[in-house]
Amino acid sequence: MKILVPVQFVPDLVEELVIDASGDRLDPYSIRWKLNECDDHAIEQAILLKEKYGGTVSVLAPDFEGVEDALYAAGAKGADRLVRLCADFEGGANTHALARLFLPLIQQEKPDLVLTGVQAYSSMDGNVGSLLAGMLDWPYVGYVSGVKPGDRKVWVRKDFPGGLTAELEAQLPAVLGIQAAETPPRYVPISKVRQVMKTCKIEEVNADLDPAGGVATRELRPPEGATRATMLDGDVEAVADQLVEILRAQGVL
Amino acid sequence: MNQDILVLVEQVRGQVADITYTMLAQARQLASAGAKIVALLIGNDAEALSQDLAADEVLYVDHPALKEFNGEAYAHLLAETITRLAPRLVLLGDTTIGADVAGWVSARLELPLVSCCRTIHAEGGDWVFVSPVCGGKLVAEGVLPAQTTVVTMQPGGFRTEQGRSAQPPHVARLEPPALDGLRITLKQYTEPQGEDVDITHQPLLVAVGRGIERQDNLDVVQELADALGGTVCATRPVVDQNWLPTSRLVGKSGKTVKPTVYLALGISGAPEHCEAITGSEMIIAVNTDPVAPIFNLARYGTTLDLLDLAPVLAEKARAVKVR
Repeated sequence: MKILVPVQFVPDLVEELVIDASGDRLDPYSIRWKLNECDDHAIEQAILLKEKYGGTVSVLAPDFEGVEDALYAAGAKGADRLVRLCADFEGGANTHALARLFLPLIQQEKPDLVLTGVQAYSSMDGNVGSLLAGMLDWPYVGYVSGVKPGDRKVWVRKDFPGGLTAELEAQLPAVLGIQAAETPPRYVPISKVRQVMKTCKIEEVNADLDPAGGVATRELRPPEGATRATMLDGDVEAVADQLVEILRAQGVL
Repeated sequence: MNQDILVLVEQVRGQVADITYTMLAQARQLASAGAKIVALLIGNDAEALSQDLAADEVLYVDHPALKEFNGEAYAHLLAETITRLAPRLVLLGDTTIGADVAGWVSARLELPLVSCCRTIHAEGGDWVFVSPVCGGKLVAEGVLPAQTTVVTMQPGGFRTEQGRSAQPPHVARLEPPALDGLRITLKQYTEPQGEDVDITHQPLLVAVGRGIERQDNLDVVQELADALGGTVCATRPVVDQNWLPTSRLVGKSGKTVKPTVYLALGISGAPEHCEAITGSEMIIAVNTDPVAPIFNLARYGTTLDLLDLAPVLAEKARAVKVR
């Protein structure tokens, strides 16, 4: 099975999010980018499928800060082909633009399956997977937490609210939005990543960004009511005493 | 294009999801005089589900293959309806159903898409969306384009009662399209397995998020829950690590809970988690990040480290019970 995994990067929320002087976007020079967590799960799911059923895995990543680390880590996990998509990302890239960036490679490579993270917390215009499926006119299933290939079809487990899951069958080729891989993304030792850096080459593809379909933001701001909670003062002992009284007053202790 | 608003009704196993009423409430607030609110209901023997929808008209498509959600069929039907009605706005839930459909439709019809929207309000002749982004740490605001726009909505912006009506709407049946070529088929639903405890019926939930850092730190949380007489539950990242079973998952693709007290430990407060806990009588948040969005929802909060606080709180709770 030929699997393509288009991934994206999101601002690391551990860092302070700085809004730039325009007031409508994050300061591009203060963002620390990291691989989108659901995309990490998509890579893992692709590698699991390759290990169990054979095939090849290609990971496609836009040229954001950290792209080499992410791609080499994917190579160390077992990805066969690593592709960096180069464009002018300084102003960021909305989800429609990212989907269009991946589209020609998918059309050219004709994979059986495209696995991608079902969501990214910085996205404001949908998810890459369903957009790609629409552009390709392929079937799409999102919120997937289990995948098993069959004969020109794939069996998937889709999550619904309330812990309910559905077992679906989708004809190939198809796009799946991965919520969680069947096992958590594996840890790869840095020594293995270094080894891949010596033996594996990252291919570069130049492309243009077309943001049509996304929407413009006129203001980005911290949420209102940021001080709504009454903050409990004092050291651990003092706060624990206050919490005991609160829980007793609520009748749960 | 007219000024009508089209709402995709979400139903799972014969029950209309609350997000449908949230979207209808939004549509009612926004619709100008003369504009229609149209709901698209898809199902099989499901016309009765239209009874309390606060819409001017319900377009109902009935077919055995549409008894349950099928993303491909929904996307095709919605795209056809948008093309025919040319509404100003198309609302879908930012859910495991709506998010599967919205992108596909946006791409096929080349329509703009806004996701994760909390509210839309009128400002002069413009419609302005407000969407939480980056795990709720920021809010984005912008003007919807002056063309048919697809929007996925999160819960929380409106009360569901505002989207219900005692007056049944007018229902128009639509001929179902040919559905024998669907490339996605539902095989079966699977109920949650290993349901050790039903977290939706517990008065005190001790919830743990990414701040727990390591699996062995869960012992401290379990000890606290035992001391308080509570039940441990978790956010998506903790369950994805297989540190707790799916039956303990609270959030968009997990359970919605309404306990007397929700003690959130190391939880940042991402929208997909918060939407499932807003019915809690009291939320207490413990998070070292003073600007974590969970503090916008919590009644009480502290920035102490949960690993420092939990053992001390457990000890004091045990002492209270002995007294």
